[in-house]
Amino acid sequence: MIYDIVIIGSGPAGWTAAIYAARAELKPLVFEGSEPGGQLMTTTEVENFPGFVNGIQGPELMRVLRDQAKRFGTQIMSEVVESVDFSSRPYTVTTKEQIVKAKTIVISTGAKARRLGLESEQKLFGHGVSACATCDGFFFKGKNVIVVGGGDGAMEEANFLTRFAEKVTIVHRRDVFKASKIMQERVMDNPKIDIIWNAEVDEILGVAVGHVTGVRLKDTVNGETYEISIDGVFAAIGHEPNTSLFKGKVDLDEKGYIKTIPGTSRTNIEGVFAAGDVQDTRYRQAITAASSGCMAALDAEKSLTAYVSL
Amino acid sequence: MEHLFTDANFDAEVLQSSVPVLVDFWAPWCGPCRMTSPIIEELSKEIDEGKLKIGKCNVDENGDIAMKYGIMSIPNFVIFKGGQIDQQFVGGMLKEGFLQKLQKYLV
Repeated sequence: MIYDIVIIGSGPAGWTAAIYAARAELKPLVFEGSEPGGQLMTTTEVENFPGFVNGIQGPELMRVLRDQAKRFGTQIMSEVVESVDFSSRPYTVTTKEQIVKAKTIVISTGAKARRLGLESEQKLFGHGVSACATCDGFFFKGKNVIVVGGGDGAMEEANFLTRFAEKVTIVHRRDVFKASKIMQERVMDNPKIDIIWNAEVDEILGVAVGHVTGVRLKDTVNGETYEISIDGVFAAIGHEPNTSLFKGKVDLDEKGYIKTIPGTSRTNIEGVFAAGDVQDTRYRQAITAASSGCMAALDAEKSLTAYVSL
Repeated sequence: MEHLFTDANFDAEVLQSSVPVLVDFWAPWCGPCRMTSPIIEELSKEIDEGKLKIGKCNVDENGDIAMKYGIMSIPNFVIFKGGQIDQQFVGGMLKEGFLQKLQKYLV
């Protein structure tokens, strides 16, 4: 069997593409991947997704989008795509369990949080180093934690963590935040948050005892290092696209994002489309991901018509 | 069958168990936990309880156990064998990932 459309990834972009494709009776197949639901699964309240007057929890939003896609006949596979072949059409998508052929492909594999890249970070992961403030904030009741970063993500995490932690210190490598004004104000107004400017994490301490005991910081101006004791480390230093699967298969930009033709979801390969954070270096919102997922489904539908009439 | 482990029954059900036990430490507010729990439930139905017992422990309601085992990230999967931690892994996975990790208990 050859699918009309296979969607790789299950965030807001993937599910929206599936909803549109399913309603157009294209019987889409979605590969959910290793982190079903994507980044919204580790978010708390989403306050700016249109239609939810009182906000909605990230995981709940993903659940309803998935249900909506399913309602129109989307086929869902809880599998990870291991390779793709776009050299001849229909294209080939391979997982551990199966090989499927598809006339069109939507890539919506999203992005993932960047790590600090320290060996100590890896060793202490789950022992004070966390990649999910909403999951793990609870374990830092009455403790001291740092949040590394200066964007909206860092502000949000710091604010969220003050629900549990005694004190939250934001460590930022510059002397000014790039976060939006409203998020900066929330941080500045929060008495439980301190800020250390012009510093980056040189090492996370505590490997010998098996849990985080502190960090060694490095002053980005004069290069001096100093240690502070801390119980938890949360990094919010931006994202990188999940595109390792597509290197050499579609055109990527210098940062690894999939290149799309402006105003469309088209990649350099006919019939292969990209939607959501995997191709978005600018907005990276749930709603922009959803809207580009819609574009991808409509673009795919058009491409199918042209392909079938060949 | 999936078991429910608590502060009260942890000793009898997990530590004193004659077979290895997989404990899924989770909480209702944790998105990745919620995505993973159907997989654990499925595994608990498929895997022979005579070889490996499977169950979950809500860290919100059972803080003592979570603290005792230094749980600081969830979902957190700990396999106890003879009352000791035999294996531990943090973060959600697909079913096949779990099966790989559990394989050695099932032969």
